[in-house]
Amino acid sequence: MNRLLPVLVTTAVFLVGFIICSLQYPNFASTRVVANLLTDNAFLGIVAVGMTFVIISGGIDLSVGSVIGFTTVFLALAIERHDVPPLVAFALVLVICAAFGAAMGAAIQYFDLPPFIVTLAGLFLARGASFLMSTESIAINAPLYSDIAGYAIRLPGGGRLTIIALMMLAVFVAGGVLLHFTRFGTNVYALGGSRASTALMGVRVGATTIRIYMLSSVLAGLSGIVFTFYTSAGYSLSAVGVELDTIAAVVIGGTMLTGGYGFVFGTFVGVLIQGLIQTYITFDGSLSSWWTKIATGVLLFAFIAFQQLLVVLARRPPRRVAGVVPS
Amino acid sequence: MSEGVSSNTPLLEVRGLTKSFAGIRALDGVDLTLRAGEIHALLGENGAGKSTLIKTITGVLRRDAGTVSLDGSPIAPHSAEEAATAGIATVYQEVSLLPNLSVAQNLFLGRQPTRFGFVREGETRRRARLLLRDFGLDIDVTAPLDSYSVAVRHLTAIARAVDMSARVLILDEPTASLDANEVEILFTVMRKLAARGIGIVFVTHFLDQVYAVTDRITVLRNGRLVDERLTAELPRMDLVRMMLGRELVEATATHREAVSPTAMSEPYAVFENFGKSGYVAPFDLTVRGGEVVGLAGLLGSGRTETTRLVFGVEKADQGTVTIAGKPASISSPSEAVGHGLGYCPEERKTEGIVADLTVRENIVLALQARRGVMRPLSRREQDEIANKFIRLLDIRPPDPERPIGLLSGGNQQKALLARWLATEPRLLILDEPTRGIDVGAHAEIIRLIRQLCADGMALLVVSSELEEIVAYADRVIVLRDRAHVACLEGDAVNEPTILAAIAADTPQAA
Repeated sequence: MNRLLPVLVTTAVFLVGFIICSLQYPNFASTRVVANLLTDNAFLGIVAVGMTFVIISGGIDLSVGSVIGFTTVFLALAIERHDVPPLVAFALVLVICAAFGAAMGAAIQYFDLPPFIVTLAGLFLARGASFLMSTESIAINAPLYSDIAGYAIRLPGGGRLTIIALMMLAVFVAGGVLLHFTRFGTNVYALGGSRASTALMGVRVGATTIRIYMLSSVLAGLSGIVFTFYTSAGYSLSAVGVELDTIAAVVIGGTMLTGGYGFVFGTFVGVLIQGLIQTYITFDGSLSSWWTKIATGVLLFAFIAFQQLLVVLARRPPRRVAGVVPS
Repeated sequence: MSEGVSSNTPLLEVRGLTKSFAGIRALDGVDLTLRAGEIHALLGENGAGKSTLIKTITGVLRRDAGTVSLDGSPIAPHSAEEAATAGIATVYQEVSLLPNLSVAQNLFLGRQPTRFGFVREGETRRRARLLLRDFGLDIDVTAPLDSYSVAVRHLTAIARAVDMSARVLILDEPTASLDANEVEILFTVMRKLAARGIGIVFVTHFLDQVYAVTDRITVLRNGRLVDERLTAELPRMDLVRMMLGRELVEATATHREAVSPTAMSEPYAVFENFGKSGYVAPFDLTVRGGEVVGLAGLLGSGRTETTRLVFGVEKADQGTVTIAGKPASISSPSEAVGHGLGYCPEERKTEGIVADLTVRENIVLALQARRGVMRPLSRREQDEIANKFIRLLDIRPPDPERPIGLLSGGNQQKALLARWLATEPRLLILDEPTRGIDVGAHAEIIRLIRQLCADGMALLVVSSELEEIVAYADRVIVLRDRAHVACLEGDAVNEPTILAAIAADTPQAA
């Protein structure tokens, strides 16, 4: 119950926010708004799933924004300048991202370095590499892109559930299953509880750590692919600072920054809350879009304070030896 | 217990185990023979080599020489996991499980039953319940581990080890933070496991427990084997002699001579109707100079809570304080220090020492805090104070510049004591001053306590060890369920009376 509380609160905040918006703007409660919410935040949602794993394991991945940027430039160059078929380019970039994440995970594990520093280096490396490839924005005009943009499931009420929104939902479902129903998922929680104990209990800590950062980078790569669907371009300055939005979404979603606790569903709601704030500002029309950042900041602070409160409450004396039957 | 072991081949046979660190022999040709179905105490003072022996057997450390055989065949594990696979499991004092996972997940981490790659949650829970029921635990296995007491965590760790087909179970001071009731539950489980043929190595500092549960005793001293004996045939005095290698000053056996009849000296601190709702019920407490007041009770009875209230770590919400005849207020530790109070907390590692700072820095910490940042102690003064107390309390090694984290538990405790003695407190509060330290240091701490109060200091001491409290306390306050239930003086300060007060069903007149 106690562990579910943060997620429940986050969900309640989203629902209340949505209802308030709907009361203020009659057009708000529509499938159109909801579908757009999903489409506009698809890339953020996908990368946030990976970040959820990383943070639950007690780590952090600052490189994801740069990896998205790198991916968009790589795809644009490969498809437009080198005539690589888009699907091949996707596969290529995902392999590169996987290797990149594995390298970061290995550095964290085997050199015993803090994830913050390793992934900060990753942030600079990936961003630097994308500048090296190209500093200009390159439009992607491959037919696949217009096909994908043109296809969507039409919802009653005019909403269009796009491919990228569906991709995000699929990633969330897969991420939830992986985290909550597999040994790997339990190991991720275990790492967040205590690395030393996890190792003593015979879990292969190194392999798990490497897989966690691989997963995060691959999802960042997938997020980059989705980002190019969304913008039809590759640009080395895209997704700057997205790692911070991602961390915010994960934390607002109820995951403890100290590791060990959290749910994929919470992250989903965390992403939606950020999208909701943005949509509200778009509807209002007069507010500066920077209010999104301020609202996110306030929410983030409120949630961290709330989590700390839960931690303090949990520190009450443990239960007595309940139900012990000496025989 | 389980005498008359059938097999002739010992379950675990350690011969001539040797291990050096930087040229110093931590283990020197140590033998250990563990028979199936036996509970075997591994005893020795700090530095005797118990931990090194365990770590060398389980492959955490590499041995320099010697053999380890399990069931007659030699083994050489390279890590604790390999040892566990071979059948030797270790449960440490600080339970190495995961507080954030459920009990069931802790039991089956890394080996959950799966179907098509997915964990079968229901099946995991069912097996966890079944397993724990075997250990006399009927608890909600889906609740996170940190919602349970240390005793349950220990049993969970043991259950996990046994279920992973451990044949040898090494329990490294499992009882250090359990109360008497919980210890009994653990012993029941240990006996049950021994009856199944599992060999148990039991490391502890409590001699009572050694005699309560073990069949055989191996004693180490300075990295060498002293002897192996049957518990039933080894008198306690002989055991202590074996551990210490010298005659023990039987400091702990007799009640302290009544140096100061309570009427004699002026009360230094008087707490009246002092308490905090939901924390400790209001109590009256008077401490005089030159007097030791003991606080006795089970773990969680409110002993530590009382000291925290007295020192202002927790704010009392009712009652009055009189210090040296004048009304005073204590609502924070700094106010308490201002009134001449000092406090050595129970959690040495988390609330006491600053592990990375040197012994000198740790010792001058409280004195510096009391003087304030504006009047720093000069390096020369610091050295003087540190050296004085290192000599006075015999802190070893006598190196003021060594990080305190590298010292043994007993020496850390002495350094903590030095920290407060440096501030020359009038009333010193000691919470479990002898917890987790060896017999020799134990006696020294007790001698120190007596010395201090002979010098006129007032002491308020919490201890779980009754014989220890009896040895130094002039008065004993007994707590139960977060209330002061009895105050014993004079001849009433003896183990049976205290026990009776702790165990009494109905509240006694305080």
